[in-house]
Amino acid sequence: MLATYRYPEFPYVPSPEQRDGVVLRHPVVVIGAGPIGLTAALDCAARGIPVVVLDDNNTVSIGSRAVCYAKRPLEIWDRLGVGEAFVEQGVNWQVGRVFFKDHRVYTFDLLPEAGHKMPAMINLQQYHLEERLVAACDASPKVDLRWKHRLLSLQQADDHALLTVETPDGVFRMEAQWVIACDGANSETRRMVGAEFTGRFFQDRFLIADVVMAAGFPSERWFWFDPPFHRGQSVLLHKQCDNVWRIDFQLGWDADPDEEKKPEKVVPRIQAMLGKDVKFELEWVSVYQFACRRIDRFRHGRVLFAGDAAHQVSPFGARGANTGVQDIDNLAWKLQMVLLGEAPVSLLDSYDEERAFAADDNLAHSTRSTDFITPKSRTSRMLRDAVLELAETEAFARRLVNSGRLSTPTPYVHSSLNTPDVEAFDSPMKPGTPCADARVRIDTGSSWWLNQLDGFVLLAFGPTPQRSVRVGGVTAHVLSVGRDLVDETGDLTQRYDGRPGTVYLIRPDQHVAARWRQFDAHAIEAALMRCLGKNGSL
Amino acid sequence: MKLIRTPNIADPDAFYDSLLAAQRDLPDDQAERVLAKLVLILANHVGDRAVLAEALELARSNTVRRQPPAPA
Repeated sequence: MLATYRYPEFPYVPSPEQRDGVVLRHPVVVIGAGPIGLTAALDCAARGIPVVVLDDNNTVSIGSRAVCYAKRPLEIWDRLGVGEAFVEQGVNWQVGRVFFKDHRVYTFDLLPEAGHKMPAMINLQQYHLEERLVAACDASPKVDLRWKHRLLSLQQADDHALLTVETPDGVFRMEAQWVIACDGANSETRRMVGAEFTGRFFQDRFLIADVVMAAGFPSERWFWFDPPFHRGQSVLLHKQCDNVWRIDFQLGWDADPDEEKKPEKVVPRIQAMLGKDVKFELEWVSVYQFACRRIDRFRHGRVLFAGDAAHQVSPFGARGANTGVQDIDNLAWKLQMVLLGEAPVSLLDSYDEERAFAADDNLAHSTRSTDFITPKSRTSRMLRDAVLELAETEAFARRLVNSGRLSTPTPYVHSSLNTPDVEAFDSPMKPGTPCADARVRIDTGSSWWLNQLDGFVLLAFGPTPQRSVRVGGVTAHVLSVGRDLVDETGDLTQRYDGRPGTVYLIRPDQHVAARWRQFDAHAIEAALMRCLGKNGSL
Repeated sequence: MKLIRTPNIADPDAFYDSLLAAQRDLPDDQAERVLAKLVLILANHVGDRAVLAEALELARSNTVRRQPPAPA
């Protein structure tokens, strides 16, 4: 199996601290070198924090697992220097087709708005993604990536956590001011802190087959409800790079996972779907069930949970890895501010506030998709089929078809870090919203708005009385449209309703914190304080 | 807008006849799907989520209320 990919084997390197028997206190230790843990390491490094990553294995994800990556995570990875490579290697797609029985019900086009650096969605095997993240971590002097390091236990103290770690050389102890647990849906770290992880389990089993074929399907997402080749169930077909195709068969609740994984069961299913003449090779097969659930709190003392360790969703809509990357985006700058002493520890509670809100939104979307795809009663199936039949001719019914709502960011509209609008804006860039990109011109030529952002930024349309605003050791630098960059296309001004005088305070994770119609240094200071969790906003 | 619960259909007997006629000659599964589609079509026509919520609650409570109480 895996004709198209050779798994790298990363070396175990004994650490000096284990060899010398000294207990070191690290600012941040990340548990788990999956996509989220590796992203956490890169984001900490980007914010100047030395970071140790522990992983109990020594390779990348076995099987491709996560496939689709959405625009916002790509923008985050672009901030970390790896986004362009992912887009180049991945399969860019925007059209989806939905079939019911033997006919096409409708076609959607994600129709990405022009003037954004990152595409709406790419498909890329998880192992390719992880391999590039590992290479980026290896290239960073701030990341210490340690393979074959298993966390055995964790004890919390007031100002650190004590970690007991096992390597091929035995057991040793290390301390961490902060731990980021990215050890997945079956997180051992979550068990160690005694956190609850609750939600809904789904009984249906699904078969994932990654097959290699040179078939001439377009780079589109095809979804079948009740197709002739797989009666009564759903099927998804999606393209990855290297001619690898993801096929996902719903099997029902009574399927035997061990039986269903056997090639003699899998191959006929795929032949029925593709036709007897299409040549393909099985690359990876897995049978899974899923749950929609989340951790009680994203912060347990000195341990912060991210990715599947904090929330598990159904695969419909590609909300797993995409959400996890956004957890890290939210967390890393807050850890930086706390470690620098520029923000109180309570700022980290806003990580729970904002990302639990996003997780609940994702869980609701994911649960709704699951209920549509796998109806739980005769009547819910009848309603589902009625929607699908109506959708062939009726536009209103197409809006009800739910084969997975593709991941989009959840704005932190109620966040206590926001300073609410007091003036009217004709722009959706409300406080708590991730910044929209736009093409801009800078000294060195054509560039992108999001690539100009670094730390706290004040986006100003027109001249401002000062170049920056400071709170303690934190500075928000002004980027003035017309002076520091040119809005040649007009997109930036239009997307932000940038009438002259308009000022946006933008957080280090590229989210709007506040906005005004004129530059008022006192108002900006107050908003920056609030965003740092000072002046009792938390 | 509130859900209209007073008589609002002109010539109710003729309407009821057309409701029966819409699925009279069909097998049960198709007849049920006609009703399901009718619900979806009318729900879209109404659009107002508050009115739809009131209608859903009325349909459900009018059904569940009729169940005999569970044995103690």
